[in-house]
This record gives sequence, structure tokens and C-alpha cells, in this order.
Amino acid sequence: MTLVPLIDAKSITMRFGGVTAVRNVNFTLAESELRCLIGPNGAGKSTFFKILTGQLHPTEGRVAFRGTDTTRAEPHEIARLGVGIKTQVPNVFDGLTVFDNVLVAAQRKRTGPTARKIVEEVLERVRLTGIASRLVGQLAHGQRQWVEIATVLSQEPDLILLDEPAAGMNNEEVRRTAELIKEINKTQAVIVVEHDMAFIRMIAKTVTVFAQGAVLVEGNVDAVLSDQRVRDVYLGRTAA
Amino acid sequence: MTLPISPRLISFLVVTALGLAALLIMPMFLDSFSLLQATLFVAVAILALSQAFLWGYAGILSFGQAAFFGIGGYTYAVGVINFGDSTGAIALSMVIPAAVAALLGYFMFYGRISDAYVGVITLTVTTILYELSNSTSGDQYRIGSAQLGGFNGMPGLAPFNLPGQPDQWLDEKGTWYVAMGALLLIYILLRGLLSTWFGRVVVAIRENETRAMLVGYDVRFYKLVAFSISGGIAGLGGCIYAAWGGFVNPSVFALSMSAQAIVSVLVGGIGTLVGAIAGAVIIQALINLSGTQSIIDPSLGIGIILVVFVILVPQGLLPSISALVSKLKPKPAPQRLGHETQEVKP
Repeated sequence: MTLVPLIDAKSITMRFGGVTAVRNVNFTLAESELRCLIGPNGAGKSTFFKILTGQLHPTEGRVAFRGTDTTRAEPHEIARLGVGIKTQVPNVFDGLTVFDNVLVAAQRKRTGPTARKIVEEVLERVRLTGIASRLVGQLAHGQRQWVEIATVLSQEPDLILLDEPAAGMNNEEVRRTAELIKEINKTQAVIVVEHDMAFIRMIAKTVTVFAQGAVLVEGNVDAVLSDQRVRDVYLGRTAA
Repeated sequence: MTLPISPRLISFLVVTALGLAALLIMPMFLDSFSLLQATLFVAVAILALSQAFLWGYAGILSFGQAAFFGIGGYTYAVGVINFGDSTGAIALSMVIPAAVAALLGYFMFYGRISDAYVGVITLTVTTILYELSNSTSGDQYRIGSAQLGGFNGMPGLAPFNLPGQPDQWLDEKGTWYVAMGALLLIYILLRGLLSTWFGRVVVAIRENETRAMLVGYDVRFYKLVAFSISGGIAGLGGCIYAAWGGFVNPSVFALSMSAQAIVSVLVGGIGTLVGAIAGAVIIQALINLSGTQSIIDPSLGIGIILVVFVILVPQGLLPSISALVSKLKPKPAPQRLGHETQEVKP
């Protein structure tokens, strides 16, 4: 029996006018896998995330989630299939309380007391219980990131995409984030986009490197991070 | 153990009690003319309520609530003439505008046009309806036995009657009970709707459409439903307006009618329902007042009020009063867990 990958993206190309942001990318992710995507700014990582979540439809190629074609699917349809995303810039409901931000996501699947119970559990898990009644628009950047992570968790997705989850966080918060990601990965697949190599080493087993819109190299974290081509793209030299 | 009562629940109960008191007490003290005037205030308050829900909670700025108000008015007129009974006409005056709003909303929201174009399209549709209704003066423009009447409109409409009893017309008091009862009921239903999961999603979409999509909500559908509900409410306002005056003409589609609804919401405060009611009463009172003099044109008066409020009270009356009250109140100890929806925009 062949196992159907959780994500199966084939020959993905995304062009904006004359600019090719993603170039012929092939990417597969297994159930419960944790994958890190790295690459310099403009490498196409966030665009690729937008394609996976339906915010952008690729110019060429095909994306499937558990065998279901999601290439042209709407973002809400992909979310309903079980994909949650924390975006690069905190994407939250500023005018709602922390509790209601998370509740809006939880009530998509659950009703009444069950949804509220999930919210309380998630808030406890990410240590936001103490500020549950605060308006999210009044919170600091780091706290808003946690609210967004809590929102994604309360969706109960099978795949969580985290775009720079450690950005703007202090060392303690980065350590906590790494722990949380590893804990999440016990039950859910996770793809993390991150620049912080120390953070990558904390969590990653397999890393995919993007450069100039294409996959440069993919493999074990230690092998990838010591690869000369990866060092070159991060130092701004042209990839071989 | 004491049950926690949220400030929102208290304000809801206070407003409901005040509305109920107005419903029952005003006929005891007002003469027939004043009660008729109060009924007009209720009709425009319902129109403002439709705008307040759509703009303040769903985040959709329609420049054309007068379109649904007018369709409601004309539907009542056509219905009551054809049926000889107001019962079905009242129901249709909500259903038809809601259906038209749903159709228009389908093309706007599923067509993914931007917010600015929603404003342009609603404005344009209202203008088209204004022109269209003005061009129906021939004998051929009739629906059943109801002649649309072009510029002169449809005069001599029957007032509301007891349900199923077309001979039992309601007097000023009866019309007041129906109109004010409808306003109160709509307020209660909207408050109820906003406290459900549907209301939370609608407010969440106003806050951040992308996030709402990414957690799995079809934003287009929720906007469509909110727009349709708002159209139905505005239609009921138009129905009461037509029954109040016993006539309807193309002026119900006038841009000044849409502007009145928008300014009422701005004056009362975006993000509150009762604020819009208060705003509508204030604006209509000023329009009535300006009718007794010839120094300032009423439309110019509305414009001046708009400018004054935008500069001096940008949040509107109710949020400003509420902010003042909370400043004066001693601060409570920080809560560990709060579940209340904060729907007022920052």
C-alpha cells in the first residue's frame, strides 16, 4: 500500500507579471512530519506558503492535500481540510479580545461549551490565560504572535504552517516557541519558515532550502546547514 | 455565588426597558400629531439600525440603504393595494428588499470587488432606482392593480390593519405600537444575533478578512447574509414610512435618505446599535426643525452636522459617553479570564 503524502506539490511555478517568485518547486510532506524551510529574503518561502493555503493560485503545477487537489481551492476550503497558518506579520482580529480571537477559530469546528473548553486549554498551553480579556490590538508584537499561534491551534488542523514564529521574540520566548513546536509535532505535521539558524537547530530534522524561488537543497539539518551552496546563498553569492 | 453580569448585558437590558417604556408610555402623553411624528422617527431609526449593523458590525459601508428602504416602501404600497390587507404586504416589504440585497450582494461579494466599489455600486443602484421610479408615470407601469405613478408616486395607501382583518385599520396609536414594537424587536434580534457564533464571525470578518478565511470561514457568504439581513431591515423601515405617510414616491430612493442613515450612524457612534437609533432621532429632529425655517437647507444642515461630528466627536455620541463613564468609574481588579466580546472598534 502506498502512503498518500499529507502535502504533495508538483512543479509549482508562480509568476507575478515578469517576475518568477516560485520556480518549478516539488515538495512533499509526510503525515506528522516537521519540516523547516529556510532561505534568504525573497527566496519564495512565504509565496509558497500562500500557495499551500490558497491565498495564491500557482501559475503552473499542482498541489494536493492528502490526495485532494487544492491547486485552485479557496483559503477557507483548504483551512477546512485541516491546514492552519501563522503568517509572517501577525494576522489577528485586533478589535476582539484574546479569548474571542481564539474562540472564532475554535467554533468553526466545535460548538458551545466544547469550543470554549478548547479555547481555555489552548490559552493555558500558550500562557495567555492571564490576558484573555485584553483587546488584541493593545498587545505587544510578541503577544500578538502568540495569539495567532493560539488561534491556529484552536482550529485543530492536521498541518500547521508557521512563518517566522520566532521573529521579534526574546531568547526565553524563542526557547518556549521551539518547545511548543516540538510538542505540537507529536500530533500534527508542521512546516516552519525561519531565518534564525539557532532556532532551526533546536527543532529541525529535515530542512528544505529555497533560493531564488527554487528548491536548492533538501535533507538532514546538519548536512544542509554545512552545505557550501547554502552558505553561499546566505552570504549573497550566486547558487551553483 | 453571584452571577457575573457584563456591562453589555446591562446596557442591553436598560435599552430594552427604555424602549418598552417608550412603546407603552408615549401614546399616553402625546397627541395624535406628535405620535405620528414619533412614528416617522421610528421609521428612520430602523433605516439607521440597518446601516449600523451593516457598517458597524459587518464592516460593509453601503451608500445605498435608501435603495432597500425605498423597495420596502414600494413593496408595501403595491402589496397593500393588491391584497387589500397590510399583513402580507408588511412581510413582503422585508422579504423583497432582503432578496434584492442578496442578489446584489452575490455579485458584489462573490465577484470579490473591493470595499470602495461596494460603496460605488450601492450608490449607483440607488440612483438607478430613483431614476427608474421617476420614469413610471404611464398607465402601463402597474403591478396588478397598483399604478406606480412616476414622480407623483403612490398616494392614498391604506394604513396597517389588524392581521387578517383588512377592515380593522390601526389608528395613530396602533401604528405606533407596530412601528415601535418592530424597532424594539429588531434591536433585540440584532443584539441576539451578534452574540451568537454567526455574529462573532461577522465581527471577526470586519476585523480581518484574511484571518477569517484562514480559519475556515467563507467570507463572501457571511457578508452576503449580513447584507441581506440589513436590506430586509431597511425595507421594513420603508414599509413603516409608507404606511405612516399613506404614500410613497421616488424621494425614498433619494441620496439624501442614504446620507441620513450614514450620518445617523456617525453621530450615534459606529459599532453600537442604540447609538444609531439616537443618531437617527437627533438628525430627524434637526431636519424637522430646519423645515420650519428657510435660512439653511436641510441637506446642508446634515452636511454641517457630519463635519462637526467628524472633527469634534469622531467616535460618535454613545462611544464617547461610554468612554467618559468608564474614565469616571473606579478601575476594577484585573480579571483572570474574560469571555466578553468587545465589538467596539478601536
